[in-house]
Amino acid sequence: MLLISCPNCGSRDETEFHYGGQAHVSYPENPNELNDREWAEYLFYRDNTKGTFAERWLHSTGCRQWFNMLRDTVTYDIQAVYPMGAPRPSTAVPAAAEAGTASVAADSTTTGTTAPGTSATSTSPGTTKSGITAPEGATK
Amino acid sequence: MSTHQLPEHPDFLWHNPEPKSSYDAVIVGGGGHGLATAYFLAKNHGMTNIAVLEKGWLAGGNMARNTTIIRSNYLWDESAAIYEHALKLWEILPEELEYDFLFSQRGVMNLAHTLGDVRESIRRVGANKLNGVDAEWLEPDQVKELCPILNISDNIRYPVMGATYQPRAGIAKHDHVAWAFARKCDELGVDIIQNCEVTGFIKDGNRVVGVKTNRGTINTEKVGLCAAGHSSVLAEMAGFRLPIQSHPLQALVSELHEPVHPTVVMSNHVHVYVSQAHKGELVMGAGVDSYNGYGQRGSFHVIEHQMAAAVELFPIFARAHVLRTWGGIVDTTLDASPIVGTTPVENMFVNCGWGTGGFKGTPAAGLTFAHTIATGAPHKLNRPFALERFETGALIDEHGAAAVAH
Repeated sequence: MLLISCPNCGSRDETEFHYGGQAHVSYPENPNELNDREWAEYLFYRDNTKGTFAERWLHSTGCRQWFNMLRDTVTYDIQAVYPMGAPRPSTAVPAAAEAGTASVAADSTTTGTTAPGTSATSTSPGTTKSGITAPEGATK
Repeated sequence: MSTHQLPEHPDFLWHNPEPKSSYDAVIVGGGGHGLATAYFLAKNHGMTNIAVLEKGWLAGGNMARNTTIIRSNYLWDESAAIYEHALKLWEILPEELEYDFLFSQRGVMNLAHTLGDVRESIRRVGANKLNGVDAEWLEPDQVKELCPILNISDNIRYPVMGATYQPRAGIAKHDHVAWAFARKCDELGVDIIQNCEVTGFIKDGNRVVGVKTNRGTINTEKVGLCAAGHSSVLAEMAGFRLPIQSHPLQALVSELHEPVHPTVVMSNHVHVYVSQAHKGELVMGAGVDSYNGYGQRGSFHVIEHQMAAAVELFPIFARAHVLRTWGGIVDTTLDASPIVGTTPVENMFVNCGWGTGGFKGTPAAGLTFAHTIATGAPHKLNRPFALERFETGALIDEHGAAAVAH
């Protein structure tokens, strides 16, 4: 059972949440211009990362709000919780946050400030490998 | 309930050769599918200068972690064809491999708990019969007759409203299946190389020409990926993507009990599937964890949910003790059907996406994948399961028959 820090409600059991898969997948900017291959990429292809993965969660039995999370898919450690629309935090998070449990992230995010490790120098996972891009802050 | 003993084992069933510098084909993944592929490459296509590379120990991944259920009662023509072919192979393989892996055709029941289930199940029985797959619809009293320990009363949350039944379905000893294939592969000259992890691929343009491993570089003309939950990791190394998501899938066994459960019972709706192993453990499968995971373990609430379903359906299980639980990594696709065929990389082929039900497909996966590797073209049974279906839209939606919701 994961202990997940909802940015609005604090630490809650995983059973209160609904998983939303890969984060930062944008709706195609010009859907009419996509060929079958690009549509397939958008509809069916998602990263299946072994390691740190940016993913969406919905606190479905709490505040019913979506948020993003960085989680290691091998150790299942939660590395960061951050709002929808925010860029992915750098994976080179401070040692304290990286080793931290869900509650570490909770304390940092329930204040409403940015998540630990959030930085302007993040890598750019907001674009998928298919080349489908959308402006930052578009539907995620 | 079968009472015969497991066969005696020789000390060694296969050799542990050092990897050669070059092979005609390399299979990545020494589980059931990889071994079956190597076996059919050698037997049907005369390709014996081949290697199976396994990063851990032979058949130590999902082949060691599944609930051993074998059936072919899938809805669509494409699935019925490949799974029924697999079942027909299961029926002859113990003799062909000269190894009794205790394939026990004790039947599989898929319970219906809602009116929607009933309609879908009866439709599937009809579809199965049209495809030559043995299938019957059972009313609750017939369900009780076949499996007396099932609670068919209407005072439970989701009463049993009937079931589909496939008499030729059943279970087999999963480890012994792997060992049977491994021994035959070894006899045919296939190199089975354990503790050999693939760390990269060598390409000449867009053509794969070699495999980098922790035990050195191996040149090869062809590569077949049979890595289940780790397929995406290998594909990324090779420079392409796969439309699969890896999830933890858990199962558990009880301590040993007298034979009480004569068949296999699966319930999609309340979500548990149960059989009793030859030795006497109750073997129960859970659902997948919702999140992506490579950890070979899942969350406990999934087990709790599964146990609640099991105890409601089988009241006598209430005081059985759990002996152990475990998890494997399953490679799910969005249409709950496998991917078997070519890849965007020349001479590299992929067999993955079997998700939560790969064990039953082992022989047909091996047979058809070997054909594709040897000839470079699809076998008529795996043609519909090509990667291209995600572009053409010709999906094969088997969520109803796949048994584990995902």
